[in-house]
Amino acid sequence: MKIHIKNGRVVDPMNARDEVADIFVAAGRIVGIGAAPADFHANRTLDASGLVVCPGLVDLSVRLREPGFEYKATLESEMLAAAAGGITSLACPPDTDPPLDEPGLVEMLKFRARNLPGPRVYPVGALTQKLEGRMLTEMAELTEAGCRAFTQADAPLTDTQVLLRAMEYAATFGFSLWLRAQDVSLAKDGVAHDGAIASRLGLPGIPALAETVALATILQLVRETGARVHLARLSTREGIAMVRAAKAQGLAVTCDVACPHVHLSENDLVSFDSHLHLVPPLRSLRDRDAIREALRDGSIDALCSDHAPVDEDAKQVPFGESEPGASGVELLLPLTLKWARETGVPLIQAIDLISWKPAQILGVPAGHLSVGGNADICVFDETAEWVVSSNTLASQGDNTPFLNHPMQGRVRYTLIDGHIDFEAPR
Amino acid sequence: MNLQLTDDGRLRHLLTLDGLPRAIITQILDTAESFMDVGEREVKKVPLLRGKSIFNLFFEPSTRTRTTFEIAAKRLSADVVNLNIATSSQTKGEAILDTVDNLAAMHADMFVVRHSQSGAAHFIARHVAPHISVVNAGDGRHAHPTQGLLDMFTIRRYKGAFHNLTVAIVGDVLHSRVARSQIHALTTLGVPEVRVIGPKTLLPTGVEQMGVKVFHDMEAGLAGCDVVIMLRLQNERMRGALLPSAQEYFKFFGLTLEKLALAKPDAIVMHPGPMNRGVEIASEVADGPQSVILPQVTYGIAVRMAVMAMLAGGTA
Repeated sequence: MKIHIKNGRVVDPMNARDEVADIFVAAGRIVGIGAAPADFHANRTLDASGLVVCPGLVDLSVRLREPGFEYKATLESEMLAAAAGGITSLACPPDTDPPLDEPGLVEMLKFRARNLPGPRVYPVGALTQKLEGRMLTEMAELTEAGCRAFTQADAPLTDTQVLLRAMEYAATFGFSLWLRAQDVSLAKDGVAHDGAIASRLGLPGIPALAETVALATILQLVRETGARVHLARLSTREGIAMVRAAKAQGLAVTCDVACPHVHLSENDLVSFDSHLHLVPPLRSLRDRDAIREALRDGSIDALCSDHAPVDEDAKQVPFGESEPGASGVELLLPLTLKWARETGVPLIQAIDLISWKPAQILGVPAGHLSVGGNADICVFDETAEWVVSSNTLASQGDNTPFLNHPMQGRVRYTLIDGHIDFEAPR
Repeated sequence: MNLQLTDDGRLRHLLTLDGLPRAIITQILDTAESFMDVGEREVKKVPLLRGKSIFNLFFEPSTRTRTTFEIAAKRLSADVVNLNIATSSQTKGEAILDTVDNLAAMHADMFVVRHSQSGAAHFIARHVAPHISVVNAGDGRHAHPTQGLLDMFTIRRYKGAFHNLTVAIVGDVLHSRVARSQIHALTTLGVPEVRVIGPKTLLPTGVEQMGVKVFHDMEAGLAGCDVVIMLRLQNERMRGALLPSAQEYFKFFGLTLEKLALAKPDAIVMHPGPMNRGVEIASEVADGPQSVILPQVTYGIAVRMAVMAMLAGGTA
């Protein structure tokens, strides 16, 4: 299939390109940008006039819910939803049932995903067996099976010695650990940010200290071991400052935040809406503003959706009893654009946070538009307005704090491996 | 959206005193005043809610609160059904909304809800049919509005007005839905100084943003107070890391005659009950001349009658 994407505004952070140009795709690869290669005859021409053509998005945290939680979502449903969100590569955490802690499970997931339309799926392996926080997994074997990194996802790791050993072992092979900084005992029983709002609502709190105390431990262990660590879903101003300082000292750490935390804060909790029950919790306005600034100045390396489809029953209960998490693959792009519009950040910088930079963290050949590279491409209408609802979301989970919110920016085409995996209905 | 008020500003549900207009709080207190004599009559009933069905949905055990709601409803001639759901459908895995839907299908007019989760009453109120009212009888640590109202009723009866008072709330504010409701009511009614007194482990983060002054020294906190509200200390707080022992708590934060002497001579002492004598309050204070703890219970019925009448009887 040869595809000619015509007249689009090509925005490619890695190649510092932001110009109207044509892109030519053949045999799964980009074969020309600007001028067509000789003898190129397109099977299909996509008119991208007035649209943005950017690298397919790379999302660092997408729960596909398989195996084990098919009642929440399926591989089919969520891969389609991701494609509808312009995502062409995604990392899926191992908190499935069983967890992704042995090579056979990883191979099975990759095999299933390969045979379905939708993004390239890169599993993140379990750091400890059964995610119990006691025994390390066979990281080398898991890497051979296709794992890109190792994590506990949101499962607790209370034993600091296990964390030290995990870092030492991973550093031996150069594997990357993705850690969410949360001190389990400080966060115990909490369901919301420990601040004036949770106090007023009588919701048990998770203090910002739960993040910073754990971060202090992680960063110190990184200094000792030289492990490659990616800090997932930072949520506090102090946490961001700690990572910024660690980077300035030369520590090889990276970090990301989840989209809802860029726009929402504890102040939005007043209605006890269980859709706002997230992990980490929505923090204070000060924290939210620090996140927005750190995205702008590059202290935060990537934005992710932290997509977690939850079945309706698990949200149709009082706030504290509800399952945390929000569906988000289809909101990654519009929420990133919203932040960029609100802060005056150029489009190319915003796209960088959801394409090239996360691709670097994941260590995959994606996130850029280069002749000879994979034809993973997102074409979107920057101005298209739509409203988030169960009708407009493809994900099986319509559990999002942005339900019924207006969005600006919608994907028109998603090309994966040179194939149109998503095309918006006209 | 304000869930508990109608578009024209009348009471639709009673879920919290946070943000409830002063006029409505005053109206409830005035209405309660008019019900005060019902309990003293030979026939302790008025026909205001005849034919109405009120369900007490208690997802968490309670005897006192449930009984006062039941008596209040019966004095208004309503039909009352008590459901102790903690021991029935919830343990069989029935979802809270299924329970509510089933009871709504039995033509309920009002749900009185107690639940261990903050926000449970809001959750139910969001889902019930338009003709059903929800009264929060205590949800997690969040709110216990009728208790807060009966406390205001008590203060008004003994002190006459709110604008010149200093009120101290002493003890476990962190876990107390009663304290939160009291604070909202007191600040809305114009009490110029509301104090909370307790160790740092029992005061919620940012509590001063609710409009209160924080004291960790009880003597300083009680000085010059007109009203002293003691909170119940749950036994399990002593088993965690919140407090070392009941004895030490009593020494520093228990209300004794000596400490009470620091408040104004005509200060009243309140407690939402049930009391832990010798833990948060000494018996000689609880049973002493400044205690209004038993009248609080009596007033609780009139206040709950007022709330129910305004919600279901349309007297608002």
